[in-house]
Amino acid sequence: MAEPDAALGGPRPPSNTESMSPRGWRLAIVLVLGLVFSAGPLLFSSYWVGLLTQMVILAILAMSLDILLGYTGLPSLGHAAFFGVAAYAVGVLATVHGAGFWTCVAGGLLVGTLLSAVLGLIVSHVRDVYFLMITLALGMVLWGLSFRWIPVTGGDNGISDIPTLAAHSGLPFAGPLALYYVTLLVFIACAGVMALIVKSPFGLTLRGIRENEGRMKSLGFNTWLHCYLSYVIAGAFASVAGVAWAYYNGFVSPTYLDLTASSELFLMVTLGGPATLVGPVLGATAIVLLKNVMSAYTARWLLVLGIVYIVTILVAPKGVWNLGPSGRSR
Amino acid sequence: MNPPALVLEHVSRHFGGLKAVDDVSLTIQPCARHALIGPNGAGKTTLFNVISGELPATGGQISLFGEDVTRLAPHQRAARGIARTFQITKLFPNMTVIENMLLACEALDRRKLVMFRAVSSYADLNQRAAALVEQFGLSGRTHEVARNLSYGEQRKLEVALSLAGRPRLLLLDEPMAGLSAGESTSMHAMLEQLDPAIAVLLIEHDMDIAFAFAERVTVLHQGRMLTEGHKDEVSANLGVQQIYLGMGAAE
Ligand SMILES: Nc1ncnc2c1ncn2[C@@H]1O[C@H](COP(=O)(O)OP(=O)(O)OP(=O)(O)O)[C@@H](O)[C@H]1O
Ligand SMILES: [Mg+2]
Repeated sequence: MAEPDAALGGPRPPSNTESMSPRGWRLAIVLVLGLVFSAGPLLFSSYWVGLLTQMVILAILAMSLDILLGYTGLPSLGHAAFFGVAAYAVGVLATVHGAGFWTCVAGGLLVGTLLSAVLGLIVSHVRDVYFLMITLALGMVLWGLSFRWIPVTGGDNGISDIPTLAAHSGLPFAGPLALYYVTLLVFIACAGVMALIVKSPFGLTLRGIRENEGRMKSLGFNTWLHCYLSYVIAGAFASVAGVAWAYYNGFVSPTYLDLTASSELFLMVTLGGPATLVGPVLGATAIVLLKNVMSAYTARWLLVLGIVYIVTILVAPKGVWNLGPSGRSR
Repeated sequence: MNPPALVLEHVSRHFGGLKAVDDVSLTIQPCARHALIGPNGAGKTTLFNVISGELPATGGQISLFGEDVTRLAPHQRAARGIARTFQITKLFPNMTVIENMLLACEALDRRKLVMFRAVSSYADLNQRAAALVEQFGLSGRTHEVARNLSYGEQRKLEVALSLAGRPRLLLLDEPMAGLSAGESTSMHAMLEQLDPAIAVLLIEHDMDIAFAFAERVTVLHQGRMLTEGHKDEVSANLGVQQIYLGMGAAE
């Protein structure tokens, strides 16, 4: 929301002329993603099916951050906390309390969403860099808690032995492929709901806040409420991803809610294209791929993340989805 | 009798030692056409900010349609019938003209919180937004993003947004500033066609336009009210003031 007035500079010349139209480029992206995620698991080894599952879950998480970062213009550096807390809730309920599948799912969603509803009361008052700092600080606090509250979280060791989806839910199909397709269904449902939200009257107000919050207020919007709801919605979908991750991984540890996790998320949205929903899917796919390829060569993952971030800002400041002649991207 | 649209009682806004608005008392009746004039830095925009709630008053009391709104936030005042435009254009630059208008149309509508239905499915909202776009001669630019509009078009959209909530009191901060002669004339014509039921308070540097538009005129200087009255009275003793204030010539 930095100085919207400065952007109002009268007509601008077309910024560049690349050979591929954004429409062709986007069609290509959607086709490739669609093909890989629908048929890919049938062709690849189970290692790759695992990676695809990660991509799909993190895509939900990145889309949820996009609601906040891309659409509302609120840059959160603590978003992984909701994901991690929801995963912990599933872990604790399933292993310590021996709760059933639906209790675990509901518990994970509830704990993550309630947490965002409480933290939202604090963070919705601030904007821009202050929002960044306060979400960063709250994220660190929760990470510290997961690390130090050993009786509940197991500290550094985390919580292992979360039952598999098939064993816990009584689903007749076991194995990575079944898990993948269940996750894909969850992804499709979440993506559909989020796509509807951003097209709704409420979704329009989020973009309005990003563009010019002062004008929103004088038109009659209680922008605090809209920012708060945006934060809680993002937290709720992040919790969905957290629950899915707990079942995918069977293990939760503090690294799920640390700063690196939140930074990766931030990069997924920025790299793919903020305020597009497809962009974060693309970003999640690319980052998971990169992380697994790079881990064979270097342990300095943060350095790689930093380089990717810089290259993104220089080459595709509006994200890979918006490469090509600048159009009405939003 | 209906309560006045706006009553200011001893309203002040100080910035540290600077008295940008100093002890201003003013009443605007419903349906009024009122001009606010004064040299650069007189405090006109600051007074608007205090009336609309962007800035809290440091002293005094503000009532809208008989209700004390001194401590209310801008969106709460908007809900009570006030709307404004900005001297420096405030649009949603990366959104299209029709999206700008839709936002303005849903601002005072409870449906602004609807999440699970596309905004495009609300025929009445879309029709009203399109009608306003049309009324301000922007139909050819419906799907253009606001930042790509010419300055004149942006000023039109600025005014159009303020009318979408069907205000009862409209504050216009130099809507003609920076427009070409032709654009200025057409903006003036649009202002003349405003619903007579709306009370309008207009800040305008051009004395010809201010006196042609308004019935009553208030002159502000260094935060204080110099004169307030019917435009004939004010223009009668404005000759002296013009020299004193160094304002542009009237007639
Ligand atoms: N936020 C602020 N902080 C400090 N001083 C301010 C602020 N806003 C306005 N002022 C000062 O208050 C005085 C009145 O400014 P204001 O913008 O209200 O004048 P104006 O009558 O609208 O002038 P113009 O005709 O140039 O638009 C000026 O001296 C200005 O510098
Ligand atoms: Mg001014």
